[in-house]
Amino acid sequence: MLEINNLFASVADKPILKGLSLAINPGEIHAIMGPNGAGKSTTGYVLGGRPGYEVTGGSVSFDGQDLLALDPHERAAAGLFLGFQYPVEIPGVSFVQFLREAANAQRKMRGEEPLSGGAFLKLAKEQAALLRMDMDMLKRPVNVGFSGGEKKRAEMVQMGILDPRLAILDETDSGLDIDALRICGEGINAIMRRPDKAVLLITHYQRLLDYVKPDFVHVLANGRIVRTGGPELAHQLEEQGYEAVVQEGAA
Amino acid sequence: MNAVLELPTRRDEDFRYADLAALAPLWPVAVEQHTVAAGDSLALEVIETGSAAVARHLAITLAADASADLRILIAGPGYGRVAVDVTLGEGAVFTLGAAQLAGGAETVEIVTHVSHEGLNATSSQIVRTVVAGHATGTYLGRIAVARGADGTDAEQSVRAMLLDRTATANARPELEIYADDVKAAHGCAVGELDANGLFYLMSRGLPPADAKRLMLQAFIAEAFAGAAGEAALSETALARLQALLEHLG
Repeated sequence: MLEINNLFASVADKPILKGLSLAINPGEIHAIMGPNGAGKSTTGYVLGGRPGYEVTGGSVSFDGQDLLALDPHERAAAGLFLGFQYPVEIPGVSFVQFLREAANAQRKMRGEEPLSGGAFLKLAKEQAALLRMDMDMLKRPVNVGFSGGEKKRAEMVQMGILDPRLAILDETDSGLDIDALRICGEGINAIMRRPDKAVLLITHYQRLLDYVKPDFVHVLANGRIVRTGGPELAHQLEEQGYEAVVQEGAA
Repeated sequence: MNAVLELPTRRDEDFRYADLAALAPLWPVAVEQHTVAAGDSLALEVIETGSAAVARHLAITLAADASADLRILIAGPGYGRVAVDVTLGEGAVFTLGAAQLAGGAETVEIVTHVSHEGLNATSSQIVRTVVAGHATGTYLGRIAVARGADGTDAEQSVRAMLLDRTATANARPELEIYADDVKAAHGCAVGELDANGLFYLMSRGLPPADAKRLMLQAFIAEAFAGAAGEAALSETALARLQALLEHLG
């Protein structure tokens, strides 16, 4: 589904990714872990197409398409969802308006019929309920006045509504209390754990992985993947720290 | 009052950025006087959406504990100028929410003089300017607090958005305070659409033009929030913003 091959990327002329390779198949959940500054968020932004993140080498294909040739909105229509570590506040625009426009823009690009107002609200209601979010919250301006945890839950509601094939979730667990962590984890499972979908979790900590069990765990250090293992690798990281595991991988 | 009859020049601070050629045939501009009696309230909307040049001059006098809520939308296309003089008596409340939108080579401007003359009066002004192409958007806002007008609370929030680097925004907040106990807060910013916000919206599937439209909707929302005619004002403004965005490269 996603094939990242020897990817190099720079931010403000500073090389961050230095030969990242990773393959994700349908039905798989991958986790990328690593110390601060390893390039975790950069990986998410480069895959999402954020301006300012310049690819200097390598390739990324998504379902056989050259992902890097697409604009951010085209990547979304192709089935990619990027969950933000810091969701942006948009005062004066309600979630309902924003998400209905976004969902219908995606459908239009795919040559599908737009959702009617009624059909959209029904879908939004179902997805909000899945994340135990009150529908009234979605009538409010996008992320304005939301707590950190509410913003992350709202990201998951957006994911449920937009129904992507691949979700890249950048530190969805940061800023969550224990209950919200469980709700978000269950939401990710309910929305994305399907034979035709895949998830790339970007995280510092093992705790989200207790709820969303990864098939593969990768350790990112200095812009490339230095170790890959199963869920047990996340536990090893938690116990021994990145430094020991990165050293071991280098040896 | 001969001075009023003669067309001002650029040396006059209030007309420094005006399109004087467009203003000349409209001069002199008649003053529209609104007097609000003690304890009464006034709600007023000034909506200019024509392509002919327009200049308005409002004068609002608020007696003790009177209030006025003024909303202004200058959407053109064409020269648009709205000047507002407000005098606040004791305990009076003045609220302004304004948006001015321009493209091409148009000039739009809002000029306010708010005079706090009594105790404990409150004024709150929100002005949002969106300019594209070679347009010029200007806000000149003077707040005067008279001697003895203690307990004044005067707030001014002025923001301008440049859709093209060839557009110009002028903003000049001015405070003239002769009282001791005064709260005067003003913020002023000129900028471009937030790249981070645009990327967030686009990452959800919105094409660039739609993402910009939503960001601009957000930008002007505050100016019309809480107005009786909020929905109609927003809709009119959005139609014009959409047209401005269609001209962008």
